[in-house]
Amino acid sequence: MSASQLIQKTAGRLIRPAHTPRTRQNNFAQRTFFVFTLLPVILILIVTVALIVRSLPILNAYPLSDLIFGKVWKPTNGQFGFLPFILGTFWVTAVGVILAVPPCLLVSIYLAEYAHAKTRSFAKPVLDLLAAIPPVVYGVWGLLAIVPFVDKVLAPLSTRWLGAVSIFSVNQPTGFGILAAGIVLAVMIAPLIISVMYEIFSTVPNDLRHASLAVGATQWQTIRNIILPQVGPGIIAAIVLGASRALGETIAVLMVVGNVPQIPTSIFDSAYPLPALIANNYGEMMSIPLYDAALLSAALVLLVVILIFNILSMLVIQRMLRRKWAS
Amino acid sequence: MGFLKKKRWQRRHLMEAFMKFIMRVSLVIVAGALGLILWIIVVRGLPALSWDMVTKIPEGGYYMGKGGGILNAILGSLYLAAGGTFLAMIFSVPIAMYLKTYLGDSKWGQYVRLALDVLWGIPSIVYGAFGFTLMIALGIRASLLAGIIILALIELPIMTRAMDEVIRRMPVDLEHAALALGSTKFEVALRVVTRQMLPGITTAILLGFGRGIGDAASVLFTAGYTDRIPTSLMRPTASLPLAVFFQLGSPYPEVQQRGYAAALILTIIVLVVSLGSRWLSARLNKYTIK
Repeated sequence: MSASQLIQKTAGRLIRPAHTPRTRQNNFAQRTFFVFTLLPVILILIVTVALIVRSLPILNAYPLSDLIFGKVWKPTNGQFGFLPFILGTFWVTAVGVILAVPPCLLVSIYLAEYAHAKTRSFAKPVLDLLAAIPPVVYGVWGLLAIVPFVDKVLAPLSTRWLGAVSIFSVNQPTGFGILAAGIVLAVMIAPLIISVMYEIFSTVPNDLRHASLAVGATQWQTIRNIILPQVGPGIIAAIVLGASRALGETIAVLMVVGNVPQIPTSIFDSAYPLPALIANNYGEMMSIPLYDAALLSAALVLLVVILIFNILSMLVIQRMLRRKWAS
Repeated sequence: MGFLKKKRWQRRHLMEAFMKFIMRVSLVIVAGALGLILWIIVVRGLPALSWDMVTKIPEGGYYMGKGGGILNAILGSLYLAAGGTFLAMIFSVPIAMYLKTYLGDSKWGQYVRLALDVLWGIPSIVYGAFGFTLMIALGIRASLLAGIIILALIELPIMTRAMDEVIRRMPVDLEHAALALGSTKFEVALRVVTRQMLPGITTAILLGFGRGIGDAASVLFTAGYTDRIPTSLMRPTASLPLAVFFQLGSPYPEVQQRGYAAALILTIIVLVVSLGSRWLSARLNKYTIK
């Protein structure tokens, strides 16, 4: 046997023969597992397609601009104007995000840059518990604590000091409204935003911190001038992710937002976001023509906006996290 | 010169102290929010909580303040969440294993992770609406089974990603050692990865269960509500979040009180599950190789 033959033979051994039971088992498992990983991808497509198909009737019956910019919602008359609901969703989400972002950013900086291991191990379960509390419990809390707080404390304060500014004027003094929903949402999305931001801060290499501290900068100077510019896109992605969570929140918002289909002008006004619209009316949606298509098209709008927000922010976050593993 | 130097020194250090202070305040606010939520739920829920609440189903006139309890909702929620978690686990364990052993950080692996994260972000009301369209298309009515399937869809990405995050930290040496001894990738997955994954699976199960039991918007569409304890998969079932929601909508103060108590029960279950998962995964982590 020549040397080359021998090499070929051993080389053949090294590459596992394709027909042993173990290899076959491995190949079979690989194929089966692969089918399983198709599931999440397919699921997203199926949900989207199903909602598109079901909302086609209304998209065919009315021009898109009438649906989006229509102000009147009277399904029994065949009037489906989504504008009050779209604006309601937007206001509630915006207030929630604006309230949540500053404290979340500060907490995540503190946990990532300053805190001792002890503080971190205290903060982790607090955030986990906040994330674990069910939406309906947030709703109860909002009803019992936030609505009276807005009604008795914030509304009088606002009338006194900010009454001249129209977005702070109190037109419907009940406590139920955008501000109450925004406060509840801010607490609900805080754990997500904080944990994503914390992850993002941990992607900054320590060398940068050391270099800055070594030339005499304080820790805050280091954070402001060195670290924050590095993580800008990640921070924005975390905020967008939080906003997409707030957009779809249903039960908790529904319980405190007042559910009045109007175009809000002030943060103390009641509003009626899209998820609340779907949840409140699913019972009668089969009895009025096109009503089901209208509600499912609302779900479709939510889904599409959230998908876009999620995909963009997750792409940014995944890319930043990979950079950490690469280094 | 000395004066100038001193002044600059003071200013940035004041800034440092100020930022540190407001960061600590923010942390206290966030932790305080949790404390406030738990405090309000306990204070308002405890007075109405009674033995009857957790051992009886609603009697006639329950929703006008007469006797009974919410055993139907407690059991219904446990069935829904347990069923959903079980179903989600059947799919999430293989996906997490495949991600680890076969895909790693490859392109397809990244897409699957992205898809899972995106699924995670889809709100439960959209799943609910989707489930509703499916049920109409297939001609099924609101039932325990429909609720379980939708909850499984909601829990699937959460559980898979939780396992994935844990198993990612498995030392690569272990995998290499097994492969070097001639085992196939499947054998690595079955014999090595599974064992290392055990704490991850436990965390994932409890995480999924906690999410499933608290979800209201999807169950509203798919599982319905009933005063009876479900006896078959095809029957509608009550659930705790909806029990809270419906009772709070009542004009009777006694019924609202019971809504608070139901919220307390739900919170207790969720907290026990959440703390239990931390404790359990810490314990099980002792038996993995790091």
